[in-house]
Amino acid sequence: MREVKFIRPTSLADAVQMYRATPGCRLLAGGTDLMVMLHARTLRPAPQAVLDLWSLAELKGVRRVQDVVEIGAAESYTGIIASRDVQQELPALAAAARTIGAAQIQNRGTLGGNLANASPAGDTLPVLLAYDAVVVTDRRAIPIDTFFTGYRQTALESDELITAVRFPLGRQVAFRKVGTRAAQAIAKIVMAVSRQPARIAIGSVAEVPLRARRAEAALEREDVDGAVAAVADDIRPIDDVRSTADYRRAVTRNVLRELLGAFARR
Amino acid sequence: MRFTLNGRAVSLDVGGTRRLLDVVREDLHLTGTKEGCGEGECGACSVLIDGQVVDSCLIAVGQVEGRTVTTVEGLADGGRLTALQQAFIEQGAAQCGICTPGMLLAAHALLQQSEHLTADDVREGLAGNLCRCTGYTKIIDAVVACAK
Repeated sequence: MREVKFIRPTSLADAVQMYRATPGCRLLAGGTDLMVMLHARTLRPAPQAVLDLWSLAELKGVRRVQDVVEIGAAESYTGIIASRDVQQELPALAAAARTIGAAQIQNRGTLGGNLANASPAGDTLPVLLAYDAVVVTDRRAIPIDTFFTGYRQTALESDELITAVRFPLGRQVAFRKVGTRAAQAIAKIVMAVSRQPARIAIGSVAEVPLRARRAEAALEREDVDGAVAAVADDIRPIDDVRSTADYRRAVTRNVLRELLGAFARR
Repeated sequence: MRFTLNGRAVSLDVGGTRRLLDVVREDLHLTGTKEGCGEGECGACSVLIDGQVVDSCLIAVGQVEGRTVTTVEGLADGGRLTALQQAFIEQGAAQCGICTPGMLLAAHALLQQSEHLTADDVREGLAGNLCRCTGYTKIIDAVVACAK
């Protein structure tokens, strides 16, 4: 079998150009998802080449730029957790990053990877939705609520590359993940909530990480009971190896009530 | 490609998408690094890259170009074991042994980051390393014994 070619660009401009010029090319950051599939040869279509973004300085770091915090697409969760700007301005993102895998995964996992992979169970994705984050690519800025278009499908074009994620400042977001154990679990449900503006974002309850729009509308009217009642109609959970649809509906309601209660106590 | 492995310069002609795990075991014949799940769940293949613990089954070898890799063979200084390795022996922290190299490297990285560790800190720090014998208590005791 032919070996998959490994391409190592030396700059972002180089990477953008090579990605456009190389047919059948897949992007590699920390490898926590891609390397498993590459080794098992389950990637479809089978890649001809892998373009390594891990070492590009332009994709690293956390920066505070005017009224946003910008995080490089290939910055690790360990770097995100350690960032003072994230701790101060985006504590819910730090909380979500701490629930991702263990040290080995936090040292390699990235926001760019979580976004591009677009798993409905991606731990950071509800947090990004609750903050109204913006996905910055080599050519445009994509509002997060238009980014997920279907099961593991995104608004990215075939040769488009995520460079950073921007977060607005001054929003309070609460986060909760429910898994089988505290560390290293794939979420049964994962939720991030903002009271003002009303944002209720949930993962592992549909084919995409989603905003619960009916529940948000109730929350806008300060109707917490209405939001908790409505959220079950916003989600489309399934039975799978990790949980059941009924469990997910019940726990989604309970976690929403708990997170909204946490705001009331602040 | 070139990188530093256990303090020595290594120069190899290998495909960059091969897993670091396979290159270390098959090309460099360092078989202390074990393959468990091959999916980043069990930590048996843990190595250090520039001092950070990673699962070597998830690393394309091309990604370690110019970096410093430490496997379990690189912990001891010649025949002289580290305090952590000695503690594993004294506390009986190894049963079948397949998780031990990964446990040692993850614990080594944890101890480098922080000198003060409680048993809970160690449990969280080693959450990515599974012991199929479930011999966690002695492992945690051994790491805590090395912390201040």
